[in-house]
Amino acid sequence: MSPRVMAQLAMVMNLDKCIGCHTCSVTCKQTWTNRAGVEYAWFNNVETRPGQGYPRGHEDQDRWRGGWEVDAKGRLRLRAGGRVRKLLGIFANPLMPSIQDYYEPWTYDYENLTRAPLGDDVPVAPPRSLISGEPMAIRWSANWDDNLGGDPSEDPILRKVGDQVKLEFEQAFMFYLPRICEHCLNPSCVASCPSGALYKREEDGIVLVDQDRCRGWRMCVTGCPYKKIYFNHRTGKAEKCTFCYPRIEVGLPTVCSETCVGRLRYLGVMLYDADRVGEVASIADDKELYEAQLSLFVDPDDPAVAASGLPDDWIEAARRSPVHDLIMRYRIALPLHPEYRTLPMVWYVPPLSPVVDALAGSGYDGEDADNLFAAVEALRIPVEYLAELFTAGDPVPVTAALRRLAAMRSYMRAVNLGEEPELPHSGLSAEDIHDMYRLLALARYDERYVIPTAYSNTPGAVEEIGCSLDYDGGPGMAGPFGEGSGRPVPVSIESFHGLKQRQTGEETTRDRVNLLNWDGRGKPAGLFPPKKGEAS
Amino acid sequence: MNYGETFFWVITPYVTLVVLIGGLLWRYRYDKFGWTTRSSQLYESRLLRIASPLFHYGLVFVIAGHVIGLFIPASWTEAIGLSDHAYHLLARVFGGLAGLAVLAGLALLIYRRRHYGPVFRATTVNDKVMYVALALAVVAGLAATLSGAEYRDSVSPWFRSVFVFRPDAEAMAEATVFFKLHVIAGMVMVGLFPFTRLVHALSAPVGYLFRPYIVYRSRLRQNQSL
Repeated sequence: MSPRVMAQLAMVMNLDKCIGCHTCSVTCKQTWTNRAGVEYAWFNNVETRPGQGYPRGHEDQDRWRGGWEVDAKGRLRLRAGGRVRKLLGIFANPLMPSIQDYYEPWTYDYENLTRAPLGDDVPVAPPRSLISGEPMAIRWSANWDDNLGGDPSEDPILRKVGDQVKLEFEQAFMFYLPRICEHCLNPSCVASCPSGALYKREEDGIVLVDQDRCRGWRMCVTGCPYKKIYFNHRTGKAEKCTFCYPRIEVGLPTVCSETCVGRLRYLGVMLYDADRVGEVASIADDKELYEAQLSLFVDPDDPAVAASGLPDDWIEAARRSPVHDLIMRYRIALPLHPEYRTLPMVWYVPPLSPVVDALAGSGYDGEDADNLFAAVEALRIPVEYLAELFTAGDPVPVTAALRRLAAMRSYMRAVNLGEEPELPHSGLSAEDIHDMYRLLALARYDERYVIPTAYSNTPGAVEEIGCSLDYDGGPGMAGPFGEGSGRPVPVSIESFHGLKQRQTGEETTRDRVNLLNWDGRGKPAGLFPPKKGEAS
Repeated sequence: MNYGETFFWVITPYVTLVVLIGGLLWRYRYDKFGWTTRSSQLYESRLLRIASPLFHYGLVFVIAGHVIGLFIPASWTEAIGLSDHAYHLLARVFGGLAGLAVLAGLALLIYRRRHYGPVFRATTVNDKVMYVALALAVVAGLAATLSGAEYRDSVSPWFRSVFVFRPDAEAMAEATVFFKLHVIAGMVMVGLFPFTRLVHALSAPVGYLFRPYIVYRSRLRQNQSL
C-alpha cells in the first residue's frame, strides 16, 4: 500500500557544538515568554547532563506518567490514563507539577539600592518572589545545575544507568542538552487535551495551542513527558514552544536557531507515512522504537511523494533537507527519549567530546580513529548514559553514531594535514564523510535552514482565487480611490511580505487581555464589539 | 401579593435570563481567550486535591437534584409509587449530603484562597464577588433543604411558569424564607455567571470521549473557523 505522505518540520541539534551559553533560551524567552504568567516558563532551556533538568527530574515517568505506554494486550494508551480517567480526575490533576518543581520566579527589589539608609554596608537588591510578592530565598531555577553545579545524583537517567557511576571528579563527564518542544508525530499532549485545543498542523506538523479553545484543564502539562507545555497562571491557558511558526511561515529559522552562537541547529523537512504512526508507536520493545521511527520516514524521491499532492517546493525542500541527511543518510542524529512513544521530531547528534576529552586527558591522541573507536567502547558510562537519552538504553546506535563522528574527525585531520587519509570502518564512504564534514563544520545559513515558504500553495487552498479581503466592509471592498484602488495584490504575496516585515521589524505584538485579568481601565482590543468605522 | 414579590418573582427572573443569555453570547464572541478555569493548582496542590473534587462532585449531585426537584412535578413521582414522604426523605438525605460536600469543599477552597499567598494574590475582585454570591446561594440552599420545607407546590411551579412566560408569583410567595433567599441568591449567581470564571462549567469536555486522540488542523481552515 502506498504511504500517506505528510510533511513535518524537524530540527537536529549537534550537541558536540553546544557550549551551554543559554543564548537560545534567552532570545526565546525575550520573544515568547517575557510576560507575566509565564515568568517560570522556558520554551527553550539548556540542561547540563548529568543533571536533574527542568522541571526537576522531569524524565522520571514513574512519577510524572507522561507519554504513552503499551498495555498487556499490545495496545497504545496514555500512561496517565485514558479519556474516562482524565475526565474523572479533571477537578484536580494529581500529576501536575507545582511551581516549585519548575522554580519560583523572582525579581529583585532594586529600589533598595537607592532608598537604603546610609550605613557601613553596601545596600543590596533583595530577591522578591513573582508569585507571592514576598521576600524569598532563591533555591532553584531552570539552570540551577549548570556545569554540574548542583547534585547530579538526582538525575533519573543516571539512576537508570546504575551503580557503576561514582561521579568522581576525575571520571566526570558532562555535556549540554538544549531542549524545546519535540513537535512529536504522536503527541501525547494533544491526546491528553480534553478541549481539543491542542492540535498538530497538517501542513508542517507544528504542535500548537489554540488560545481561544483552551479551557485550562492542565491535562497537557501532565501528558507531555518532556514537560514542555506550560500553564500560564495569569491567563489560565496552556502555552508551549511554537517552533516560531510566524517566522517559519516566511522562511526564517526559529529564534533559537537564528541566535545559536555555535550554529548547531539544523532545520528541514521530513516526510513521513502518517498511516503507520500508530503502528510504529505501539511496537512492543522500547529498543526497537528508534529503528521503527526511521522506517516511518519517506524518501523524498519515492514515487509516492510525487503522487501525494504535497507542494513542489516542499518536496524540493525535503530533498535538500539537512535534517534528513543527518537522520537518514549519515545516521548520526538520534531522537530524544523514543521510549516515550510520542515519536519526537527534534533530534540530536550525540556529543563525541566527552570521549575526546577523556582520551586527551589521559595523554592519548584524541583525534586518532583507532584510539577514538577503542575509547567509545571503553568509556561505558557516557555511552550508556547517551543510550538512555536517545535510544531507550540500546548502546548500539549511539556507538555507531559516535564511531561515524570519530571517523570523520580522523579522516578530515589527515586531509587537512596533507596525509593520505585512511577510510575507517564506520559505514560511511569518503564522499559521505566530505559531505557530512561540510554540513557539520562549514554549512552556511541556507544550508542549515532549508525552510519551504509556500504555505499558500497547499492543495485545496484557494487563496489566490479572488481576494479574501473582499468580504463585506473589508478593505478589498473599498472604492476606487485610496488604499483600495489599483490592481488587487494577490493575498499570498501581500501577506508573505507583510508577515516578513512584521517578523523582522521592530514593532512587537500587543498582549491580549481577557476579562478575568482586565483591571477595568482602558479598553482592551478585542474585548468589546468594535465601534462603527473601527477596524475589528 | 405586594410590589416586592412582583419585583422578585416576575421581573428579576427575566432580567437574570436576559443577562445570562446576552452575557454568554458576548463572552463567547469577544472573550474566548478568557473562557477558562483559571486554575491555581500550579501554586498549591495539596489542599486543592481534596477540596476541588469534593466541591465539584458535590455540585454534580446538587445540580441533578435541582433538575429533579424543579422539573418533575409531585404528581409524576407519586405516579411511580413514590410517596410524598419518601420523596422528601430521599431529597433531604441525598440533597443534604451533596450540599454539605459542596459547602465543605467551598469552605476549604475559600480558606485556601485566603491562606496561601500566591493563590490570594491571584484572586481578583471578580472572583471575590463570585465567591460571595456562590457561598450565599449554597448556604441558603442547604438551609432550605435541611429545613425540610415543601417546595414542590411553591418554588417548582413558579420556576416552570417562568419558562412558559406566565410567571406564577403567587406560588413563589408561598415558599419559606430560606427558599426565597436561596432563589434570590441563585438569581444573582446566575446573573454573574457569564462574567466570571464560572463559565468553565459550560465547557465540560464531553466531546473528549468521542474524538480521536490526535487532532490535526489545517493552517488555512483554522484561520477561517475562528
